[in-house]
Amino acid sequence: MAVAIEHEASHHPGLQHHFENMEQQREAGTLGMWVFLVTEVMFFGGMFFAYTLYRSMYPMEFASASNHLDLTLGTVNTVVLILSSFTMAMGVYSAQLGKQRNLVISLILTVVLGVTFLGIKAVEYHEKYVDNLIPGRLIPSAPFSPAGVHLLPGANPQKVEMFYWIYFAMTGMHAIHMIIGVGLLLVILFWAWRGKYGPEYHSPVEISGLYWHFVDLIWIFLFPLLYLLGRHFEH
Amino acid sequence: MRAEESFQLPSPSKVNYINATYGLKSWLLTKDHKRIALLYLGSVTFFFMVGGIYAMLIRLELLTPQGDLLSSTTYNKVFTQHGILMVFFFLIPAIPATLGNFLVPMMIGAKDLAFPRINLLSWYIYIAGGLFTIYALLAGGVDTGWTFYAPYSTTFSNSYVLATGVGIFINGFSSILTGLNFIVTIHTMRAPGMTWFRMPLFLWAHYATSLIMILGTPVIAITILLLAFERLARVGIFDPAIGGDPVLFQHLFWFYSHPAVYIMVLPGMGVISELIANFSRKNIFGYSFVAFSSLAIAVFGFLVWGHHMFVSGQSAYAGMIFSFLSFAVAIPSAVKVFNWTATLYKGSISYDTPMLYALGFIGLFTIGGMTGLFLASMGLDIHVHDTYFIVAHFHYIMVGGTLLAYLGGLHYWWPKIAGRMYPEGWGRFAALVIFVGFNLTFLPQFVAGYLGMPRRYHAYPPEFQVFNVLSSAGASILGFGLLIPAIYLIWSMRYGKVAESNPWHLPGLEWRTPSPPPTTNFEVTPIVTWEAYEFAPPEETQVVGKLKGTEDLDDADVVIGGRPTS
Amino acid sequence: MQSSWLPFMPESASTNSDSVDALYLYLTGVTTFFTFLIAGVLVFFVIKFRRRSPFEIPRPVAGSLKLETLWTVIPFIIAMSMFAWGAQIYFEQIRAPANTNEIYVVGKQWMWKLQHTTGQREINELHVPVGRKIKLIMTSEDTIHSFFIPAFRIKADVLPGRYTTQWFEATKPGRYHLFCAEYCGMNHSGMIGTVVVMETTEFDNWLSGNSNQQTPAVAGQQLYQSLGCVSCHGTNGEGGRGPALAGLFGKQVFLTNGQTVVADESYVRESIEDPNAKLVSGFGPIMPTFQGQVTPEQVIQLMAFIKSLQALPAATPAASPRANSAAGPAAAPPSTGQAQNPR
Repeated sequence: MAVAIEHEASHHPGLQHHFENMEQQREAGTLGMWVFLVTEVMFFGGMFFAYTLYRSMYPMEFASASNHLDLTLGTVNTVVLILSSFTMAMGVYSAQLGKQRNLVISLILTVVLGVTFLGIKAVEYHEKYVDNLIPGRLIPSAPFSPAGVHLLPGANPQKVEMFYWIYFAMTGMHAIHMIIGVGLLLVILFWAWRGKYGPEYHSPVEISGLYWHFVDLIWIFLFPLLYLLGRHFEH
Repeated sequence: MRAEESFQLPSPSKVNYINATYGLKSWLLTKDHKRIALLYLGSVTFFFMVGGIYAMLIRLELLTPQGDLLSSTTYNKVFTQHGILMVFFFLIPAIPATLGNFLVPMMIGAKDLAFPRINLLSWYIYIAGGLFTIYALLAGGVDTGWTFYAPYSTTFSNSYVLATGVGIFINGFSSILTGLNFIVTIHTMRAPGMTWFRMPLFLWAHYATSLIMILGTPVIAITILLLAFERLARVGIFDPAIGGDPVLFQHLFWFYSHPAVYIMVLPGMGVISELIANFSRKNIFGYSFVAFSSLAIAVFGFLVWGHHMFVSGQSAYAGMIFSFLSFAVAIPSAVKVFNWTATLYKGSISYDTPMLYALGFIGLFTIGGMTGLFLASMGLDIHVHDTYFIVAHFHYIMVGGTLLAYLGGLHYWWPKIAGRMYPEGWGRFAALVIFVGFNLTFLPQFVAGYLGMPRRYHAYPPEFQVFNVLSSAGASILGFGLLIPAIYLIWSMRYGKVAESNPWHLPGLEWRTPSPPPTTNFEVTPIVTWEAYEFAPPEETQVVGKLKGTEDLDDADVVIGGRPTS
Repeated sequence: MQSSWLPFMPESASTNSDSVDALYLYLTGVTTFFTFLIAGVLVFFVIKFRRRSPFEIPRPVAGSLKLETLWTVIPFIIAMSMFAWGAQIYFEQIRAPANTNEIYVVGKQWMWKLQHTTGQREINELHVPVGRKIKLIMTSEDTIHSFFIPAFRIKADVLPGRYTTQWFEATKPGRYHLFCAEYCGMNHSGMIGTVVVMETTEFDNWLSGNSNQQTPAVAGQQLYQSLGCVSCHGTNGEGGRGPALAGLFGKQVFLTNGQTVVADESYVRESIEDPNAKLVSGFGPIMPTFQGQVTPEQVIQLMAFIKSLQALPAATPAASPRANSAAGPAAAPPSTGQAQNPR
């Protein structure tokens, strides 16, 4: 009888008092994350809009500055993130099947890959710092100077900075999201270690997975827009 | 331990959400949507009062044309802070975060919102944002206008733009979380039988509002972040001196801030739909048209932001498209007004205070909406843009619309919220005073605006004085009128007549549970068998509870409430 | 004129203002009609259908598709009429007609600096003749301002780093308000002035009484020499290592990247401040930037000089800035510029 099943389910320790049953709770959690991701799309959307506008205003400056980014590190980072998405998906899959050991391993791998990404990003940021390419006077001792950037014909050195603030704003925002993601996964990892998740209760793993994939997806857009946009001018 | 679990329900009328647990901590750590609604009620009232004091200073200053009461710097800060507090800390959260928070779960028959902890978090975020802003005001204030136009705000202003910006940025997340919570709750937590088209229109309005909140607010968040970044680092994001485009700021700002107008007025429209139907005991005329017009406003509201920029140097053809869409978005609002009016036909109309506010709303919103057409019309907007005409127009929408709806809704649900009745005579008197004071304040501003008086002027040519004196006189009446409900509502919490569970004899779910409701809203999950606004004689409208003889059964399968479908 | 007998109407003193007023009256009429219609019906219903016994329950009503369609379509048609009318006025207003007299406007915190093509400078005061089309070319030195003359029903934002334009033709002599309508900081409400509209003869007298000032074109020519533009663009703008400037203004320019642009105010400014942004086809990126070395006002003067080259590409450029012929006898003495540099 339906009532009996509901009754039983209501005793699951993961069920919060205001939900009728586990199914409703899972649905609410997943929908909540999707809605949240929509707000994230709009959040990054504002920056993509600014990017589009300024790239059309200063095309050669953007191309020159983009060529100065480290393509190798950018590519490695892209691969790292795609791999982490794969391990995350494996984690969700293991949670659904109740394979706790696999879940823990997948989560650890995902966290390690995420931290690797952030580490490489930090190396890149440091390169920019050494080249005096931090925009504006954020670092008072090293104000922005486009001297190190090889300018393509028609590029105005005074406008190269426009690319760098957009680069730092977008990748910085993305990195903050990565840091939040790693923190989130560490919490999930802790509970997975304690054996909280199983076939009938795993929505926190799923929801964190959605978030992680989203952050990866943002990078998939950022990589070509920031790293690859000016390469064809080199040849 | 969790407050909700620590009590049993011996008798619904004695233990309710207010007296279930005691102490400051039980309020500050509550996850009950009704208590959070009260926390919001207190805080938005506080910000409204501070904003109101600034409004009074503005009106005092403008009594004379010379600008002799305040210095121009002070005056600029006063109108800026009036705008910021009223828009971001009163109008946007007012109805959704108080009435919406209280009623969305009750109207769909749920025990709480989908994410109670996030709901509490949203209040703390709101308070944190508010504290930042208050800090900025105390430290020296901000003088950019609530619109923060670059490059003035990024390069030229010497005031506390950064702290205020951070305050508004933080506060944005509070409305994102509220919107997210409402959307998920309405999707997943409706009681059995509560189909989408049985929902009261208040819920449709809040659903549409939530859509705007989650889609628009992130854009203002990133805009303000970029503004702060530019101020900190002196990069040319918006300042043309370093390569940026100041018009980009206006695009990003209005992409949120125009839909934000609908965040303010849509919930008000939801309240008015409830009041008109319930106080004339009629089902809403054209229910689905009113419901879908809310969604239409939410969607089209995102496509009209450029009508704020007809004189800013944007392309004339873009302007034409924005103008066309702005006229189009007026139609759903007109449809609502006509449907409300038609609902009254052959109704049984009572003259209770909430109804007076609703009738006032329809009149003032009609004027506010129609004068919006003046601004959507490009040729005319050139002249009236940035004059007192537009000041009058948006106050008709925001004060004549949102504030009246908020007050009407507060009176209507007061018996449920407080468990006490407000004094009806005083209520009607205050509604009348507010209506008169409001019109006297803002009607002359239309005239001054068309005559050419620019907004944000600290001193003005003497020929405009007569309109400003009228306006200031009206403002003092309006201010007095607003004090009356503040006093008697607080008074009634202790001394008011004890309210029945259903004092207005209405069919909505929120009236089928005791006043004030228990922490879990309903003793058992209700099963809805009636349409929205299906009025029945009082003896047929049952309170949600266990039917006689079913006490020994489990909660989950008890059939409840209402009159059987015919 | 047309509306002077109506109360609460501002003075109407330009060719544009009567058409704006007509639209305004149309909208006011529609608004008043609908406000009274709704309010009247509301009051009637509220009295007629008041609650007569506490327990009466009126019969529920089904909606009516016919009515819904009616009150969707009729407002839509009315709204579209407003849209079309408003757009028509707007396009008349933003498209300046040919043969206008130009006046340069520079906004700065918190004053308006204006200059006639014949050289007269004014601050917070603008003298214009009746019956001539005047085009304002406007820019800002700092933040955004907005140039608003209520009696003419015109307004346009004045932006830093850009040139915006608007035009009017005054119809009635008198003194009218000039306001800054975009909030610009501390003394925003003090950024006001007067527009003095004069009969044509009176205006010509005023012009000749103030004629001892350099025309912007002459000042521009001096700058042209002192900044060293001559060495590449030629003494009379005939070109050399840099592209020719004579006859350039308003023409199409072919760029190195294959695109074409029209050489308008914004293009000239950009080419002075950021020369490599839009390189003329056939020329290398050799010109240094003059950003920070020239004020917006000086850019306007250079622009006026380049425009004057257009009028007489072969003759001595400073002899006759083209507005002189239109503005009457006020010819500025052109000699000073040739003799020596002012700085």
